[in-house]
Amino acid sequence: MPSLLFCGPKLAACGIVLSIWGVIMLTMLGIFFSAKSAVLIEDVPFTEEDIRNDKNPPQTVYGLYNQVGINCFIAAAIYVGVGAVSLCQVRLNKRQEYMVT
Amino acid sequence: MSSSFRSEEMCLAQLLFQTESAHNCISELGHLGLVQFKDLNPGVTAFQRRFVKEVKKCEKMERILRYLEKEMVKSSIVIAPTKEKEIVPCPRDVLELESTFEKLEQDLREINRNHVALRQNLSELMDIDSLLRMAEDFFEEAESLMSCSEPPSEDSMCMTVSSRITSRRNSSSSIIGPPYLGFIAGVIKQERFPAFEKVLWRLFHGNFVLRHAEIQATEELQTDRGLAKKDVFIIFVQGDHVREKVRKVCDGFHASLYSCPKTLHERKEMSNNIMTRMEDLRLILRRTEEYRAGVLMKAADHVHEWSSKVKKMKAIYYTLNLCNIDITQKLIVAEIWCSVSDLTLVHNALIKGSEQSGSSVTPVLNRIQTQQTPPTFNRTNSFTEGFQAIIDTYGVGTYQEINPAPYTTVTFPFLFAVMFGDCGHGLVMTLFAVWIVTQAERRYIILLMGMFSVYTGLIYNDCFSKSFNVFGSSWRVQPTFHPHGPWHNDTLHDCEHLQLDPVIPGVYSGVPYVFGIDPVWNIASNKLSFLNSFKMKMSVILGVSHMLFGVTLSLFNYAYFRNFQDVLIEFIPRMIFLLSLFGYLVLLILYKWCITVPSDVAPSILLLFINMMLFDYQSQHHLLYEGQKAVQICLVVTAVLMVPVMLMVKSFLVYRTYMKSRQPVFGNSLNDQHGADTRSSFSQHQSNETVSMSDIFVYQAIHTIEFCLGCISNTASYLRLWALSLAHAELSEVLWRMVLQVGLSFSSGMGSLMLALIFAAFAVLTVTVLLVMEGLSAFLHALRLHWVEFQNKFYEGSGYKFTPLSFDSLLKTQQ
Repeated sequence: MPSLLFCGPKLAACGIVLSIWGVIMLTMLGIFFSAKSAVLIEDVPFTEEDIRNDKNPPQTVYGLYNQVGINCFIAAAIYVGVGAVSLCQVRLNKRQEYMVT
Repeated sequence: MSSSFRSEEMCLAQLLFQTESAHNCISELGHLGLVQFKDLNPGVTAFQRRFVKEVKKCEKMERILRYLEKEMVKSSIVIAPTKEKEIVPCPRDVLELESTFEKLEQDLREINRNHVALRQNLSELMDIDSLLRMAEDFFEEAESLMSCSEPPSEDSMCMTVSSRITSRRNSSSSIIGPPYLGFIAGVIKQERFPAFEKVLWRLFHGNFVLRHAEIQATEELQTDRGLAKKDVFIIFVQGDHVREKVRKVCDGFHASLYSCPKTLHERKEMSNNIMTRMEDLRLILRRTEEYRAGVLMKAADHVHEWSSKVKKMKAIYYTLNLCNIDITQKLIVAEIWCSVSDLTLVHNALIKGSEQSGSSVTPVLNRIQTQQTPPTFNRTNSFTEGFQAIIDTYGVGTYQEINPAPYTTVTFPFLFAVMFGDCGHGLVMTLFAVWIVTQAERRYIILLMGMFSVYTGLIYNDCFSKSFNVFGSSWRVQPTFHPHGPWHNDTLHDCEHLQLDPVIPGVYSGVPYVFGIDPVWNIASNKLSFLNSFKMKMSVILGVSHMLFGVTLSLFNYAYFRNFQDVLIEFIPRMIFLLSLFGYLVLLILYKWCITVPSDVAPSILLLFINMMLFDYQSQHHLLYEGQKAVQICLVVTAVLMVPVMLMVKSFLVYRTYMKSRQPVFGNSLNDQHGADTRSSFSQHQSNETVSMSDIFVYQAIHTIEFCLGCISNTASYLRLWALSLAHAELSEVLWRMVLQVGLSFSSGMGSLMLALIFAAFAVLTVTVLLVMEGLSAFLHALRLHWVEFQNKFYEGSGYKFTPLSFDSLLKTQQ
């Protein structure tokens, strides 16, 4: 079985830190988007037509909010995966170091 | 903690102990790390000191240890870590240690020499071996060439064999007679071969046959530090005369020549011979290497212990060089600086040392009075150590001056945080600092900076450039619409920008946001004009308070040194000047914040201040309160009056005392020269030193101008608090808008993947640009504010640091 180790200890540690940060921040962003926070209004990709042609305001914008929120949650899940991979790499690195010395 | 308020009180003490117990006593003091030895022989050069031979011996031992360590690293042998607190050897043990070291060094050097010689031998044998193998092919070639040389042919035949060949045939050779081809075989460096060939060709015009082949580099040779590639060659020539010439050419090119037997049988025999010799050599080499490794490993166990012992010995001899030995050669006299509170500890250590050496006489510790300035000693623990280092970098405090370090523990992180304020970045910084502190145990500064940044981030309501709405904003949009206010649905379609007017009831609830800046400002387009005004005023307030604090500390200095004259003629005018101008400015700012003024008639504070200084009270400028004109005129006049007070009074008083008593004047006031060296003893000033009036006057003028202009320029300098926090906020917003917002705007299916990738870029950029770059920048500016604006109000910094003899710090620098 080929070695599953593909990055050094430092890269794996960076990966873990990045994924922890990503998970926390993206989850919170997802929560805030789902709560339709006003502060994040500029991040929601709505256009002029959305506002004008809205039959039932502000449901279009709310729908966009929800969509971005779901995107954030999925990205957070991706980072959970990245974190798990990095954790594996760190463990493998430690084991290899242990075997060599 | 009175000890960190100002530096410790130090005393000069005289130590007397016996020569035999010298080592143990000094080593005990070294372990204690609380005394600084004074140099009692300042005029003696390093070579004339008593113990210079011993110091040289220690240095030689250190050199040998370094050589040993290098060898160990080369053979990748792990050096064992130190054990704690070895006992320092007495002079007898030093000799033993020395002889051990010398023997080790000799052994090692011999082993290395042998190793190199053996390797050379091996490479030679390998060359001969390859030569013999190549010779097989060449001789066969030569035989075949010989046999088909009978029919003379005009064309030159080019043969291609496994190795590259160059051969020229002179057709006239067959005429000369039965050709007798002698040959020369050897090895030459590959890079030299083309030149070699050219020379031969020029000399003999092709009257020779040259074959060469590259030696396949085996693994053994390759590990031997990259030897150059070599080629084997064989030259077939006619006649002895020519052979001699060829030999000389080979010598010129540093080719090694080997005798090669002509017959096949002899060659085989020689080859076998060489094989056996090579095997033997390899065996010997292996044995040598094993022996070497064994020697090094044995030494590796002790290397650390030895090196710390040697270091301590050297320190002890160095210290002994600083002491005096009396005539009877039995007593050593030393003078030490130590803190008054540590005297008993030092005495106990001395007694312990003398007991260890078994001497009967207990050492004597005498405190002596002196006029010299003692060194400055600030006791620090691992928390305050960092801040003390910051202060000391600018200048070590004068003896018994107020130590700004304890206040720096709070003000420095706070000023940093004002410039850095973002609770998201502050949180990342804090977590990073917690990780560092668990690893290294010393970097509390970063931890404090991070925590304070989280606090100021919450006040600025800024987290990665977005605000939190925790308590409910105080501004409402709904009341602006019909029927309460002027807006309709069409206003939304027509206008680009709309302004919420707090005058309309209901828009502003009247109760400000509970903690921090209202989150509505984050989505307002005129956010910057509000924040700029706020941050500028805040910087001025913080700056004036910081400077006021600095001036107040100078009062404590004056009081401690019993300099009440200076309190009256320096401290009080300075305070009045500062308070009447800049204290009033701060009051104006606070007053304007507290009252409500309609915005079209509100006067700008800056204009008010400028007009106050210029006495410009034309009626179209509005004033903030009744009677402002009278108050302001009063304050400016008072401040201006203080300037001649600061300028003249002190010089006048000094002159009067001088004229009255006709005695030289001494006192702290004269010695407070900025940039003077360490204070020389007061005894110098007791001699008849005339006082020069112009000197005093100029000095006083410089200081007055520095203070007055400095007040203005330093207050403006504090505006960097605003500038940097603005830069940080803007960078943070740009990063969000340009990077993360792009990621959030993908509404397609792959949007989340793109978001994940873009988030990684956002994180990396945040760390490098915002945390590292902005963090360093804010650190630097906070440092500058402390060093220049704060400390020039009261700090002198012309002392010298207390450097005790301490084995712990000695060994720490080793690692």
